[in-house]
Amino acid sequence: MASAAEDRRFGPQRRVTLAAPLALDGGQQLAPVTIAYETYGRLAPARDNVVWICHALTGDQHVASVHPRTGKPGWWSRLVGEGRPIDPARHFIVCANVLGSCMGSSGPGEAAPDGAPFAMRFPVITIRDMVRAQARLADHLGIGTIAAVVGGSMGGMQVLEWAATYPDRVRAAVVIASAARHSAQNIAFHEVGRQAIMADPKWRGGDYYASADPPAAGLAVARMAAHITYLSEAGLTAKFGRRLQARDTKGFGFDADFQVESYLRHQGISFVDRFDANSYLYITRAMDYFDLAEEHGGWLANAFRRSSTRFCLVSFDTDWLYPTSESRAIVQALNAAGAAASFVELRSPFGHDAFLLDVPELNRLVDGFLRAGGL
Amino acid sequence: MSLRPDLAIIADHVEPGARVLDIGCGDGALMAALRDARQVDARGIEIDAGNVAAAMARGLSVVQGDADIDLAGYPDAGFDYAILSQTLQTSRAPERVLEQLLRIGRHVFVSFPNFAHWRVRLSLLFGGRMPVTRSLPEAWYDTPNIHHLTIDDFRAFLRDRAIVREREWFLSGERRTGATAANLLAAHAIFLIRRA
Repeated sequence: MASAAEDRRFGPQRRVTLAAPLALDGGQQLAPVTIAYETYGRLAPARDNVVWICHALTGDQHVASVHPRTGKPGWWSRLVGEGRPIDPARHFIVCANVLGSCMGSSGPGEAAPDGAPFAMRFPVITIRDMVRAQARLADHLGIGTIAAVVGGSMGGMQVLEWAATYPDRVRAAVVIASAARHSAQNIAFHEVGRQAIMADPKWRGGDYYASADPPAAGLAVARMAAHITYLSEAGLTAKFGRRLQARDTKGFGFDADFQVESYLRHQGISFVDRFDANSYLYITRAMDYFDLAEEHGGWLANAFRRSSTRFCLVSFDTDWLYPTSESRAIVQALNAAGAAASFVELRSPFGHDAFLLDVPELNRLVDGFLRAGGL
Repeated sequence: MSLRPDLAIIADHVEPGARVLDIGCGDGALMAALRDARQVDARGIEIDAGNVAAAMARGLSVVQGDADIDLAGYPDAGFDYAILSQTLQTSRAPERVLEQLLRIGRHVFVSFPNFAHWRVRLSLLFGGRMPVTRSLPEAWYDTPNIHHLTIDDFRAFLRDRAIVREREWFLSGERRTGATAANLLAAHAIFLIRRA
């Protein structure tokens, strides 16, 4: 038998096509299902050192490796990497591109069985569908129990879903800046983004893949609107205030006079180079449908009724997209279910984005929590 | 590791293997001691984020929260013991907090500094100023203690509500002291109480 180090299933830039169809919450069967993923570190002989990372809405599997399209470092290289709290020297780290996304996993941009891209024929998926697909990837990798599932934002929703759907497979769960359901405000912001994409004439009902001319303007606007929700007013004011961009006086026109406008335009434009508009539609829809309590008879505590998982929840005081009250609601449900739960609100000026940025307290917390669990 | 004297008494009287909720658990010193020495399944609530992080790093399950508002989510009789050490006098609504504790825990430990201790009395009597003592070290304007009480106050409180006093311990400094004239001589009191 090949040693784990030589196992072709393990390493960066892997893809697997699942043997059996995936039954979706929407009632459809999806086949074939392909999942793109990366692993770092070595799987311990006892297979007890797995840290499974779930990415956020526009994230990907390159959690700690250079992004192939942007050339930028992994999106969570502050937390994952040599000498970091999640460390390939100790942990076997897995991160998969979610179902519906556009970095190699099955999604609207991938080919349907007829050879043409799925586009809008791709079935509407849920957060639980994403997690089911990941569980199948875990099966493929020969991983039964996962020592810790870790994620922020939409990644945190997947972590909660992992713990609720597979309570026997998750020993510890780290949920950062997340929620157990999408609020009306969250859905409203996502709807603005989706409408921006679908209002772009280049969207063409989703059938734009053959043209090499995707709905970039619509997707950029969607990203700009979303990006505002990731920041805090104090952070924006500190960074930009009302300062003008490369000029001394207002232009009395509609160029990007203000630095904050120019910053948002840059965020929008650089996003369209790496993300697919239809994937944005499907993934935001999955997040909007997410309501873990509803999936469990309307009572969130029911989701954790059988759970022996250790939970760690973290929120940030300036996050208004997934505010502390959302984390508290989860903690209350965990307490009501008698689950082992820790929770702390960290101070940060960066709003929701704090979970991706340099927050030393977050690193210390995750490190302490994992080590306390013997990881 | 040596525990604060009131915590040491509590730790000595929790049954091994019990389920314990420690309210205002600080950095988790008592919880860690209970877990390591008595295999106790301990959960904590603590208001200070730094303390929560320190307790989490010890592998403890601690939720950042406030005894005044966050106890409602815990189920009835979910714990064998609820512990409120030196927190009662800092809560906004001590009666409601105690009601919650007696609902959540089958037994409840409460420890608090005794405002009728002779040093406190002398300080106020002769100094005419709010007492600043070893157990009540803060000045009036920055103290977290907003509901001072005495041992006799607490006994009367329990009697009026027909709450059972199972045990009581008294401390003067680091030392145990007798029940006789405790209201005058003890700087600290620890009660073990339960519902009738």
